Amino acid sequence: MVSSEVVIRISQDIERRLASLIQVASEYRSRIYITTADNKKINAKSLMGMMNLISSTGDTITVSAEGSDEKEALEAILKYLKR
Amino acid sequence: MKSIINEYPQNYDAFRLSSTVGTLAKRMDFTNLTPEIDLDRIQVTEYGVARPSLQLTGFFNFFAFKRVQIVGLVEQEYMKTLDDEVLAERFAHIASFHVPCIIFARNLQVKDSILDVCKRYGVPALKTDKETDEVEAEVIRFLRFLLAPRQTVHGELIDVFGLGVLIQGDSGIGKSEAALSLINRGHRLISDDLVEIRKVSEESLVGLAPELTRDFIELRGVGVVNIRAMYGYAAVKEFQTIDMIINLEEINRDKSADRFGLDHQYENILGVQIDKINIPVRPGRNMAVILESAALNFRARIMGYDAPADFMNRLSRCREDILDKQKSDLIKDLSENL
Repeated sequence: MVSSEVVIRISQDIERRLASLIQVASEYRSRIYITTADNKKINAKSLMGMMNLISSTGDTITVSAEGSDEKEALEAILKYLKR
Repeated sequence: MKSIINEYPQNYDAFRLSSTVGTLAKRMDFTNLTPEIDLDRIQVTEYGVARPSLQLTGFFNFFAFKRVQIVGLVEQEYMKTLDDEVLAERFAHIASFHVPCIIFARNLQVKDSILDVCKRYGVPALKTDKETDEVEAEVIRFLRFLLAPRQTVHGELIDVFGLGVLIQGDSGIGKSEAALSLINRGHRLISDDLVEIRKVSEESLVGLAPELTRDFIELRGVGVVNIRAMYGYAAVKEFQTIDMIINLEEINRDKSADRFGLDHQYENILGVQIDKINIPVRPGRNMAVILESAALNFRARIMGYDAPADFMNRLSRCREDILDKQKSDLIKDLSENL
């Protein structure tokens, strides 16, 4: 399993960005989770879970991936979040 | 042995009536004053009606001769001012265009000379005791229904919670299985595989089954089954307006699906826009529940509640609250540091 910390920024189109992030995550076979500052573990491929991230904007979250393509998956997610 | 379930009452089947003067006369209860003429052999091709007033005066430019002609009180009063000879000649002129029929409203008396002319040209003269405007409105309404533009499409038409759902998708994707699972849950079959569509008004389509295959569904591996024999009359329906299209498609990882359900897609059938949703299919997915939900969600939307829009509103309220708080925190910080 690989993981990394990142801060999610709020923006006017946060819903759309999170929805696109689900698309990015869905391209990988690995299980990808996002753990919030208040310790909620969210499946990055689930819409309802990811929408709850709006209330964690500004916080540091932990992205973790586990599976055959975990490194690529984590990299892609972080790249998207830092964009 | 004659099977009772193969006989539907004939009069139930208004959508299959032929568009002839005979059908019109029977439906409207017109009396045929020219019984020598076989009404069933005369086709009607236009749904509009015409009052032949100007033609009775001898003006025949732009004569709408393809339309059903209706003679009312005005025409009758004018006819009284004409000599018998002129009157017969004018009617001969009208009949020479081979109008579909001439209807005399308000039980008006029709002279034998007029009937003779009609017979000579093979134009039926019909009579009714109804008021002229009433006849006009009813004839137009019924002819519009008879002459509705039609088209045949592939798919299943099912009544799901009162909504006409047309299930489409490539062959082998499981349309019939989806239809059967819906019927099993109490919904109604209109047609399997082929749906005959009639555009009954500018914005509505009605679908029905071809007579030959009505009640039957083909299930791969099982063969042909009769839904009415298996589930009874509660499980079948004669015709249904088409409210939405559900397109079943193979799961495609590359294609980005609309996860919120915010995108509205439409399909144009005979010039009518029908709402369409695409549902990815995976083996083992319980299609009946998904299709029911899709129908119910759509029903809620047309009744005024749009779930995806409501959800997005909630998300944006949350986002705005956070942005506002950030802004006020920033202002507080700044004013404290000053």
